[in-house]
Amino acid sequence: MADRVLMRGNEALCEGAIIAGCRYYFGYPITPQNEVPAYMSRRLPQIGGCFLQAESEIASINMIWGAAAAGKRAMTSSSSPGISLMQEGISYLAGAELPAVIVNMVRGGPGLGNIAPSQADYFQATRGGGHGDYYVIVLAPSTVQELAHIMIDAFDLADLYRTPVVVLGDGVLGQMTEPLVLPEPSKRTLPEKDWILDGAKGRDPRIVRSLRLSPQTALEEHVLHLKEKFDLIREKEVRYDSYMLDDAELVIVSFGTSSRVCKSSIQSARKKGIKVGMVRPVTLWPYPYDYIAGLARKDRVKAFLVVEMNLGQMIEDVRLAVEGKKHVYFYGRTAGMLPDEDELLAKIMEVSK
Amino acid sequence: MKAVYSRPEAMTKMRMHYCPGCGHSIIHKLIASCVDELGIREKTIIVGPVGCSVLIYNYLDMDGSEAAHGRAQAVATGLKRALPDRVVISYQGDGDLAAIGTAETIHAANRGENFTVIFVNNAIYGMTGGQLAPTTLIGQRTKTSPYGRDAVTAGYPLKICELLSQLEAPFYIERVSVHDVKHAIRTKKAIKKALQYQMDGSGYSFVEVLSMCPTNWGVTPLEATEWVGKHMAEYYPLGVFRDRGSSEEKK
Repeated sequence: MADRVLMRGNEALCEGAIIAGCRYYFGYPITPQNEVPAYMSRRLPQIGGCFLQAESEIASINMIWGAAAAGKRAMTSSSSPGISLMQEGISYLAGAELPAVIVNMVRGGPGLGNIAPSQADYFQATRGGGHGDYYVIVLAPSTVQELAHIMIDAFDLADLYRTPVVVLGDGVLGQMTEPLVLPEPSKRTLPEKDWILDGAKGRDPRIVRSLRLSPQTALEEHVLHLKEKFDLIREKEVRYDSYMLDDAELVIVSFGTSSRVCKSSIQSARKKGIKVGMVRPVTLWPYPYDYIAGLARKDRVKAFLVVEMNLGQMIEDVRLAVEGKKHVYFYGRTAGMLPDEDELLAKIMEVSK
Repeated sequence: MKAVYSRPEAMTKMRMHYCPGCGHSIIHKLIASCVDELGIREKTIIVGPVGCSVLIYNYLDMDGSEAAHGRAQAVATGLKRALPDRVVISYQGDGDLAAIGTAETIHAANRGENFTVIFVNNAIYGMTGGQLAPTTLIGQRTKTSPYGRDAVTAGYPLKICELLSQLEAPFYIERVSVHDVKHAIRTKKAIKKALQYQMDGSGYSFVEVLSMCPTNWGVTPLEATEWVGKHMAEYYPLGVFRDRGSSEEKK
């Protein structure tokens, strides 16, 4: 059995990426993810990789384009304002079908906001984020262990579907130190990269592009091709975790760091005899609509309570899944504040009456 | 009969979309000729960002990557870092390189990235219909400087070769022009030298090419060539700004 190690989230994700075969990191400093470039700048040169501190997040994401077009596993990391700057580039990556992994350790916003943990980038992450008709796969780990392991999955999914993958964490997850067992390299067989640019030696030239001007229907055809891919991802890649749901009458829906607070409050509520459990979506896109819809159809389930570190963003997806069949309540703190275990317990008591 | 000129092998047979008198087609051909002569078609990747020349990958018979507006040298950095033994060319216009992509330009040059930049300066935004460019001359009328460029409100035309020459890292910087045959031949020599330096692993090579845009300047193709020779070359002096490979600079 592999050794247990003690690591900070931002460093564990780097080791996960390296085990996944990532050798190219381009990024720009921003709190609360500065341990990522610091770690990569030390580690990547030791293993023949390339670390480059770019002049901006805009340059970072376009350097990713270059390395990805050359067929390499490449990643960047940032936090909310920096991710906003990258959105044009992420849209181009999605349009050009280039694989990339982007880590967003979300901080409080809007604007410069603060540097405290937040989940306020949910809308941006799960609705594509940039311009045009597209989605990115969004993975939301809740522990350091899961964060390290999810990097393997992130690179595999990016290559498998030729699409950008966002790993959505927050300042708590990035800064927290926890024991973990590092992941094993992936055993998944992935399609050969027969589209990369490496010089047209003995073959026809290839082009990596997102521009489709003619004929007039060229772009629509391409976007419909992307849609087929997104439909396949929706069908195959939905991931979620459930907690104490077997007899639950109240279903909490929460992801990432806020789901950890929920677990504590659920345990306290259970001691008071309240039948409460939780769904924790691991993929925020594709979203586990069907699973939540199934819960909403159960007579036993009386209501849902969505808990987020924002003013209520994922709650819209829960409502889409519940389709008005049950009440959907909300509890959250925003702008860098963490949900309070006791406040949440009080909310659970209130909505369980 | 002896063939004195034929289409370079590194060019496709596709008909170009450029306007009559545009300099892009000449510069594309010069690049293709150099690629032929150096025998690097099968190891070259061309990066074309937003602008009139975004479709350059349709005309050159080699691997090509698009880039978002201004980001060609970031894309080229990623490509070249990933594939250090390939030849990477970033082909950019003046709006792309000297306005929206100024940061990427200065930092790629300052890192001494080992790729070649071909900077086409025609003093205007072509693709969007003739707006003021960072390189538009003082007094020049464009769609967004209808009274002529005024230094008080729009600043001065950016001299990119001079700017980059302040940096330590760039290996080769030259400004050339394609307004007549003599200068086009000089341009070809500069492009070939830049590519050779890249193949030698020397570092950042930068060739600025003064070029014509008769459509958006509102003049005939012939008048456009005269305007480059007379006005542009006066403000943007031609010549070598940096050549660390020359015997003189080596001393």
